[in-house]
Amino acid sequence: MNRYPLWKNLSILLVLVVGLLYTLPNFFGEVPAVQVSASRSTVKVDSVVETRVLEALIAAKIQYTGTIRDESSLRVRFADDKTQLQARDLIEKTLNPDPKDTSYVVALNLLSASPAWLTSLAAHPMYLGLDLRGGVHFLLQVDMKGALTKQLDATSGDLRTSLREKKIYNSGVTRDDLTLTVRFSDAAMRDKARNLVRDTHPDLTLTDRAEGSEFLLVGTLSPLEQKRIQEEAVKQNIITLHNRVNELGVAEPVIQQQGADRIVVQLPGVQDVGKAKDLIGRTATLEVRLVQENAELSGTAPAGADVFPEIRDGVSVPVFVKKLVVLTGDRFVGATSSFDSNNNPAVSIKLDSAGGRIMRQVTRENLKKRMAIILFEKNKGEAISVATIQGEFGNQFEITGQFSSEETNRLAILIRSGALAAPMEIIEERTIGPSLGADNIKKGFDSTLWGFIAIAVFMCLYYRLFGLISTLALGANLLLLVAVLSMLQATLTLPGIAAIALTLGMAIDANVLINERIREELRNGSSPQAAIDVGYARAFGTILDSNVTTLIAGGALLAFGSGPVRGFAIVHVLGILTSMFSAIIVSRMITNFVYGRRRKLDTLAIGQVWKPGVQA
Amino acid sequence: MEFFRIHKDIPFMKRALLFNIISLVTFLLAVFFLFSRGLHLSVEFTGGTVMELHYKEAPQLEPIRQALDKAGYTDSLVQNFGTSLDVMIRVPNRATENSTKVSEKVMSTISAATSSKPDLRRVEFVGPQVGKELAEDGAMALLVVVCGIMIYLAIRFEWRFAVSAIIANLHDVIIILGFFACFQWEFSLPVLAAVLAVLGYSVNESVVVFDRVRESFRNSRMRGFTVPQILDHAITSTISRTIITHGCTQMMVLSMLLFGGPTLHYFALALTIGICFGIYSSVLVASPLVMWLGVSREQFIKPVVKKEEAVV
Repeated sequence: MNRYPLWKNLSILLVLVVGLLYTLPNFFGEVPAVQVSASRSTVKVDSVVETRVLEALIAAKIQYTGTIRDESSLRVRFADDKTQLQARDLIEKTLNPDPKDTSYVVALNLLSASPAWLTSLAAHPMYLGLDLRGGVHFLLQVDMKGALTKQLDATSGDLRTSLREKKIYNSGVTRDDLTLTVRFSDAAMRDKARNLVRDTHPDLTLTDRAEGSEFLLVGTLSPLEQKRIQEEAVKQNIITLHNRVNELGVAEPVIQQQGADRIVVQLPGVQDVGKAKDLIGRTATLEVRLVQENAELSGTAPAGADVFPEIRDGVSVPVFVKKLVVLTGDRFVGATSSFDSNNNPAVSIKLDSAGGRIMRQVTRENLKKRMAIILFEKNKGEAISVATIQGEFGNQFEITGQFSSEETNRLAILIRSGALAAPMEIIEERTIGPSLGADNIKKGFDSTLWGFIAIAVFMCLYYRLFGLISTLALGANLLLLVAVLSMLQATLTLPGIAAIALTLGMAIDANVLINERIREELRNGSSPQAAIDVGYARAFGTILDSNVTTLIAGGALLAFGSGPVRGFAIVHVLGILTSMFSAIIVSRMITNFVYGRRRKLDTLAIGQVWKPGVQA
Repeated sequence: MEFFRIHKDIPFMKRALLFNIISLVTFLLAVFFLFSRGLHLSVEFTGGTVMELHYKEAPQLEPIRQALDKAGYTDSLVQNFGTSLDVMIRVPNRATENSTKVSEKVMSTISAATSSKPDLRRVEFVGPQVGKELAEDGAMALLVVVCGIMIYLAIRFEWRFAVSAIIANLHDVIIILGFFACFQWEFSLPVLAAVLAVLGYSVNESVVVFDRVRESFRNSRMRGFTVPQILDHAITSTISRTIITHGCTQMMVLSMLLFGGPTLHYFALALTIGICFGIYSSVLVASPLVMWLGVSREQFIKPVVKKEEAVV
C-alpha cells in the first residue's frame, strides 16, 4: 500500500541529486577577478590577448589562480583584492598603452569560486540583484517626438542642399512640428522638386498645396516610417549607452530596451556612482551650425539666428549661429583627440557617409567662415567648439585651435557622448552602496535560517517522526528552490529572499494538513497503513486548491510587478511549485521508506493521537 | 503532544452574528482610518528622492533640516532609520528641478552642515510618471488577484463560496491597510506584495474549511446534520491545522521581523497582521456568509430524479 515503485523512488532521488548539484555553486563564495573585454567590435579577445596578459602577469610576479576565456571576454582570478587591483593596473597598461585609444575594457569583477567541473555543467550561483550586490540602476525615457523632429531637421538640411545642387529655386524649406514645407513660386519648379524628393527621400509622404501665390510641397512621415525611426532611435541610443558604459569599465552592464520607449541601464558593483550618473545622465544631443557673421555688432540675435554661450577659460562668450542645422549628432561616427600636422592637440572627427556629403557641400560653400558645434542638454545649448573652415572636407576632418590636450580630450568625450539619436531623460534611479548589499544578504539569510530552525523544532516536537519527515521535506523544498533559481539565473532581490522565507512558512501547511489528517484517521480507528494512505489522498485535493490560489496571487504580482517586487513574485511562484513537489511526493517517499515494508504496524510515531472519551 | 483536545464540535455558528458584527466594526474602523489619515505612501508611488546615509557618530538632525531648508528643500523629510547612526532623507519631486541632480545637491548641503561626512548607502529616485505607473500596476494586480480567485473558487466549489471567501478576505486586506493608515507606517511596493500574498494565503484557509464542508455534505454518515452543524464540524475538524499552520508561518515572519532589518520590517508587519486576522476572517466570517447565502446539501449531491408513475 505505502510503496512507491522503484522507478519513482529513483527519479525522485535523481531530482534531489540534481538539485543539490545546482545549489552547490552558491556555497563557494566569490573571488576577485579582472575582466578584459573588447571596447570596439573590430577588436577580438582571443588566445593571443590571453597570452599577452598572462605573460605580463608572470613577468611582474603577480600570482593568478585561474583564467576563463569565452568569445567575448577573458577573466583572470586572483587571491585577494590587493592583487586584483595591482593586476588591473598592469593589464590596463599592457593592453591599452595609449590611454586615448582604448581597444580593451579592463574591469574589476567578482567571480564565483565554484570549481570548473560545476561550471562546465552550467551550474552557476544565483544571479544577485542590485539591492544585494550594490550598484546603479537607471530607467531612461527616450523622447520619441524628439527623435522624429531631429530626423526631420536632418532631412530638411539634406533637402536644402540637394535642391540647391539641382538648381531648383525655392523660397525656403521649413519644419513645423512634424511636417516639412518647401515653398515655390511656380508649379513647374515644384514638380521638379517633387520628383527629386521622391527619388532621394522615399520615406516622405508628399502632398501639394497652394497658399496665396505660392506653391507648397508638404512632406510628412508615414506612421510606419515614424515607428521605424523611433525604434531606430532607441536602438541607436542603446549603442551609444554601451559605448559610454564601456568607458566606465563596468564588468557586466545590463542595457536593455523596456517597452516601446524606455531603456534600462544596470551597472552592478559600480564604485564611483557619481561618475556613472554623470556619464549616463549626460543626455545630450549635438548640432553643427554655421556662425552668423557680424552678429556681435548688433548685440542681440538677429532674425534667423540663435545665440549660445561658449565657455572658454571660465569666460562665457556669446556665439551667434544660424538657425539652420547643418548636421545632427547621429551623423558623428567617432571623435578622438589627436595631434595635427604641427603637433598641436586637435580633435579628429569622423562622420558617416551622409554626414560626409553634407559636410563637403557646406565646407565648399563656406570657406573661411566659422562653424560651431553645439551641445544641447535639457534644451539648453552650449557651443563647445567654434572653428574656422580652412578647406573643403568630407567625412573626416580635424578641429584645431589653441587647445590643450586636456581640452581636446574633453571635447572628444563630449562629442562622443552627444551622438544620441534622440534625447533621453532619467525617470527612475536606484543606487545601492556595496556595504548595504552585503548587509541585505546577511539579513535575508539570517531570517530564513532562524525561521526554518523554529519551524523544524516545533514540527519534530509536535509530530515526532512525521514532524522529522516534514522537516526533511521542507529542506528538500529549499534545496530545489535554490537550485531552480540558480539554473534559471533568475534575479534574486531582498524581497526575493523574503519570498523564500515566506514560501517555507507556507509550505509547511501541506505537511501539517497531511499529518493532521493521518491523526484523524487513526483517531477514527483506521489501521496505521490505511491511515497514511487515506491521509495523503484526502489531503491532496485541499493542498492543490490552496496552492492554486496562492499561485494566482503570485502570478498577478509577476505580471504587474517591476523591480524588487518582480523578484519577490518569481521566487514566490517557483516556491509554490517546488513546495507541492517536496511536501507531497518527497515526504511520501520518505514515509514509505520508513513504514512501507512493515506488514504488521501497530502505531505510528506521529505524536499523541488523542482519542476523546478514552478511559485511562 | 496534542494541543487541541476537542470533545465535540464547537458551536461556532451560534455566535455567527456576533462574529460578523465584530468584523464589520473593525472593517468600518479601518475604512475610517483610511479616509481620515490616508496611507503613508512610499516614494515609489508618489515619486521623489530617498537617500539613506550612514554616519560614524550619531548626527544631530536639526542642523541637517535647517541646512536643507536654507538650500530650498523646505518640504523634505529627515529622520532616523533603524539605528541612530542611519539617517533617511526624503525629498519630493519638483517640476522645475533636474531630479537627478537632487541627490548630489542634497549630499553636498548635508556634508557642509554636519562635521562628519556620511556614507551614502542608498539612493532611490522615482520620477512622477513612473510613480503613477507603479501605483496603477499595483491596483491592477489587486484586481486581477481578486477576480482570478473568485473564478477559481466558483469553478472548484460553487459561487456562494467564491463570494463569501472574497468578501471575508478583502476584509482582511482592508484591515491591513487600516493599520497602516492608523499608524502611518510606510506603504511601499514590497508591502503591497505582502498584502497580495496574504490575500492568496488567506483564501487558503477558507478553501480548507470549504473542502471539509463539501466532504461533510457528501458524507452519508452526516446526513442528519443541519447546515450550521456541518459548518461547525468542518471548522472544528480543521481548527488544529489552521492554528498550527498559522503559528508556523508566523514563526518565520517573526524571524523576519527580528532579523530582517528595516527594509523588510513593514513587509513582515503586513504579513503578521494578515496572518493573525486571517484566521478570524477566513474561518469565522466566511462560513457564516456561506450559510446566510443559502448553502445546502443539494448543491453538492446530484439529486436523484424519481420517476413519477402515472396513476391510472
